[in-house]
Amino acid sequence: MSDLRTMTYAEAVREAMATAMTNDDRVFLMGEDVGVYGGAFGVTNDLYERFGTDRVRDTTISELGIVGMGVGAALTGMRPIVEIQFSDFLCQAMDQVVNQAAKLHFMVGGQADVPLVIRTPGGSGTGAAAQHSQSLEAWFAHIPGLKVVMPSNATDAGSLLLAALEDPNPVLVLEHKLLYKQSFEVPAEFPRAHLGEGRIEREGTDLTIVATSIEVQRSVQAAEQLAQSGISAEVIDPRTIKPLDLPLILDSVSRTGRVLLVQESAKFGGFMAEVSASIAESPAFGDLQAPIKRLCGLDTPIPYSPKLERASVPQVEDIVAAASALVGEW
Amino acid sequence: MAAEQLDEIDAYRTMWRIRLFEEAVEDLYGRGMMHGTMHLSIGQEAVPTGACAALKEGDQITSTHRGHGHCIAKGADLGRSMAELLARDNGYCRGRGGSMHIADVATGNLGANGIVAGGPPIAAGAALSNQLRGTDQVCLCFHGDGAVGEGAWHEALTLASMWQLPVVFICENNKYGMSMSSEKAFKVEHLSEKAAAYGIPGLTVDGNDVEAVFESVNTAVERARAGGGPTFIEALTYRWRGHSKSDKNLYRTREEIAQWRAHDPIAAYAAVLLERDTATQEELNAVADEVRTEIRDAVRFGTQGDEPTVEAMLAGVYAPSPVDARELGARA
Ligand SMILES: Cc1ncc(C[n+]2csc(CCOP(=O)(O)OP(=O)(O)O)c2C)c(N)n1
Ligand SMILES: [Mg+2]
Repeated sequence: MSDLRTMTYAEAVREAMATAMTNDDRVFLMGEDVGVYGGAFGVTNDLYERFGTDRVRDTTISELGIVGMGVGAALTGMRPIVEIQFSDFLCQAMDQVVNQAAKLHFMVGGQADVPLVIRTPGGSGTGAAAQHSQSLEAWFAHIPGLKVVMPSNATDAGSLLLAALEDPNPVLVLEHKLLYKQSFEVPAEFPRAHLGEGRIEREGTDLTIVATSIEVQRSVQAAEQLAQSGISAEVIDPRTIKPLDLPLILDSVSRTGRVLLVQESAKFGGFMAEVSASIAESPAFGDLQAPIKRLCGLDTPIPYSPKLERASVPQVEDIVAAASALVGEW
Repeated sequence: MAAEQLDEIDAYRTMWRIRLFEEAVEDLYGRGMMHGTMHLSIGQEAVPTGACAALKEGDQITSTHRGHGHCIAKGADLGRSMAELLARDNGYCRGRGGSMHIADVATGNLGANGIVAGGPPIAAGAALSNQLRGTDQVCLCFHGDGAVGEGAWHEALTLASMWQLPVVFICENNKYGMSMSSEKAFKVEHLSEKAAAYGIPGLTVDGNDVEAVFESVNTAVERARAGGGPTFIEALTYRWRGHSKSDKNLYRTREEIAQWRAHDPIAAYAAVLLERDTATQEELNAVADEVRTEIRDAVRFGTQGDEPTVEAMLAGVYAPSPVDARELGARA
């Protein structure tokens, strides 16, 4: 076992970027306020001092432009990392993400690749209100040609970013702004990860909880509380939602016979609808002892009021209640 | 009525309203009574004050993430604004919007905006509506220097120019878009030079001189009202505070901040008014004191508001439709 060290999620992202830039001259970073400001969430911090302003590039407020330049640079032999300050601003860049980056390799018959990594924070919980708090993963996972990663802890934030940088496809890394300042135990070196490989975060036998991003730790906390009332919950973190590690989920569901799907974004048309449908289509469906249950954000833009904001997305107590009902009533 | 001349004491009062409102907000935030993020416009008060003084009733504005000043200058109620920042049900947005989304649509404030350059296309659209409806309303679009980097800004000016819409774009060039210096970002001496690319008038004014702002916007608004099309005005100013709470001010010097603080738009205007014998020092002091009381009342109004409810929030996502499809379903 390698030695563990303590680092924040933001530090892990930074270290992975530094490692990539050290090992590969093609890697560079572009984004708004990623230089002297250190990034809106402090992720890039001193990288511009260490790697210079050629490789850590402050841009104007031009999301479509910077993502498009990332596409152009990736197409011609570079390995750009583009930071979008809040994932909400991917809306500005949508053409380059969806019509260009995602489709180029396919449209040109495989003549070229777009090894572009877009890193951006999503999620609610900071009081930044409706235009700065969304979780848009389902939109992007829906687009053939894109890969979508949602790291739920510091080790994954580092490992999955490095994996994204090795991938020849455009990869969207959806970080979570509430995780940035959280500290985690991290191995001395980020373990090698593969896009499309999920993980059993906690083992259990009575039900399976599949959760993404910040909801993974909320689900683990819920599982600990559930254990005290004699309910054994298994928690699965898909880590990448596209490609999705479906076998891992189906195997768990077959073993436990019950499944609770937890995401921060609104339920309607969300990522967990995909997971739910995939379970329903599979032989694991026959092993279910209870209907599939989704626990998601409310069907509302994220509100400003802290009370409303908290009520809008699944919290630990909501997961405990939903899991207890799933086990108790069926 | 549109002011042909600026009401000097009114303007002085408005600048104090903005300054003291934001100082109160900063204080509440520091004491943990307000949450989220906020963008203060302290030091920039002359721009919205001079600009909105050129509007008449019915005219519209669109605002930005740094919008407290725009809203107050357009006549927003201080209590309801403060209540919104305190996330109360009696706030302008019932606690759903917060600092970045204050709007008072009934009085023509079409809303602050959390998205850089979210406003310019909306302002052009409101101006199109004014033109189509045959009113003489004008829409004033506030935006920052940083917004000029967004495609949306260029699209809005292109369309507004093509159709000669009654809209005035007013760029608060406070030298930075977050940490990006506008000098570094834009290789023109004045951002107003960009207006030439759209075939519309462009001018640069001292944004810390409330009368200069008023004069330029007044001319532009009259022109727009008379069917003469859009104008782009760059108002040079400076934000004293950081971009938001996450700002460590690493991209600018203390000296620069001090230099601009010495050009306080409120103190400068006080000096003008004294010099002109428009008011005595006592009268000016009384204005600030009255505003101080208004702000205290606004905070009280806000803190006494109810917490918003989840039920009302959920009922507020869609505007009520004339026929609810679920009722149709129930009938079938
Ligand atoms: C589309 C979009 N990109 C980035 C941001 C983050 N952001 C908020 S304000 C800001 C700076 C805006 O600068 P400027 O337009 O000059 O206005 P100022 O803050 O100086 O008033 C940035 C980068 C945003 N809100 N929206
Ligand atoms: Mg600015």
